[in-house]
Amino acid sequence: MIRIVRPGPLTTVQDLGRPGYLALGVGTSGAADRQSLRLANRLVGNAESAAGLEATFGGLSMVFLEPATIALTGAPVPAVLGGRPVSMNSPISVPSGAKLELGRPSEGMRTYLAVRGGLDVPEVLGSRSTDVLSGLGPPKVAAGDVFPFGSATVGPPNVDLAPVPRLPIEPVLRVVAGPRDDWFASLRPLLTGRYEVSPDSNRVGVRLRGSALERVRSGELPSEGMVTGSLQVPPDGQPVLFLADHPVTGGYPVAAVVCSADISLAAQLRPGQSVRFRLTTAH
Amino acid sequence: MMRIRPAGETAALVEVDDLAQVTGLHTALRADPPAGVAEFVPAARTILVTYDPAVTSFDRLAAGIERTRIAPADEVSGSLVEIPVRYDGADLAAVADAAGLSQEEVVRRHQSADYRVAFCGFAPGFGYLTGLDPVLRLPRKETPRTRVPAGSVAIAGEFSAVYPTASPGGWHLLGHSELAMWDTDRDPPAALAPGDRVRFVER
Repeated sequence: MIRIVRPGPLTTVQDLGRPGYLALGVGTSGAADRQSLRLANRLVGNAESAAGLEATFGGLSMVFLEPATIALTGAPVPAVLGGRPVSMNSPISVPSGAKLELGRPSEGMRTYLAVRGGLDVPEVLGSRSTDVLSGLGPPKVAAGDVFPFGSATVGPPNVDLAPVPRLPIEPVLRVVAGPRDDWFASLRPLLTGRYEVSPDSNRVGVRLRGSALERVRSGELPSEGMVTGSLQVPPDGQPVLFLADHPVTGGYPVAAVVCSADISLAAQLRPGQSVRFRLTTAH
Repeated sequence: MMRIRPAGETAALVEVDDLAQVTGLHTALRADPPAGVAEFVPAARTILVTYDPAVTSFDRLAAGIERTRIAPADEVSGSLVEIPVRYDGADLAAVADAAGLSQEEVVRRHQSADYRVAFCGFAPGFGYLTGLDPVLRLPRKETPRTRVPAGSVAIAGEFSAVYPTASPGGWHLLGHSELAMWDTDRDPPAALAPGDRVRFVER
């Protein structure tokens, strides 16, 4: 069991989400940076789908009420366990009573903490994820919350360190054109410009500021289904990149979609950072 | 006519001419989905089809969808859901004025229609019901309410709906229902799914 001392700016419980309910208007949700949650779980010998904590911009601290094995992945943060610094991307043995404190990430946005066995909070529609848009799943993590450990293990933790590349200073995200690229004069502004990440970004989407995409069609698009990674473009021409908690349907045209492999990178974009896009093909 | 475009590397957006074709195509695809399909998101003119790129490709999936025969309306079947309503909504008088009808006639027309769940969206369990009497079609309110109570039975445009949970909303409120439209402890959690037929019954 762990007891949260301080949740930081925003910490939520996340697993790989709740697929299967899109037709009922329920998004998949789950970890915004799924690669990092999967890695954290593998490092402690968990199934990749076990629930862990997603700490947005660090600041999280907790006390372990029993011995545990943990791992930290994603946005690199200074982390202190029982007064001693611990590293990212490694399994860490924690004695009972120890306190873990995360500082602010030096790069990136979201840090993941996996505990061997996973966090045992009640599932909603097969997932322990907090969906900030639909309100499904556990409430956001608060001081005093206690999380028991589950039994989502698949083997012993037997890797000491997972080498992980540094997050790029200016990520280049690959996109597939469409489905509504024909609503715009050209994708050139998107593919040649740089976009700055706005502070209004969250788990629903990353708001971007940069060269506007010019619309060549007037009128409204009837709402339609949208996938994670969609670059939805409202009338002001500034794209919004949909993350894990995006609405299932949207009413603005999607000019292009970020490739699945680059969505974890997109989830680590922080306000003020710049990002670029490069065209690729789906098939 | 069907137009199919990629929506990233894991989904295809299928566009058809109208809502009736969406319902017919959704019925046909659910009955016999092409290999590798994960989920469908029917909407007003489109169905988003998500797929596993390890099993199929956009081109193979698109070819499979193009071969699908859109089910005609009389072949579309779905469960019948009866929704009990008390017609005491805050906008009943305003809707009656706008339609040039008495309140009793608005109620009679709203509950005598056969509705079908075209798609869900906006919030978990929020079903867009087609079949609304054309006389009752009104644009959404100029200023949405900041809070519409859960269970509100409402209309806007060509649709009727029941708000599953309290939320902001711009639809016109005709009444309310005690039927839980959304309950995560129930399987399925939503009272309505795309394709279901719906009748409102005054109580």
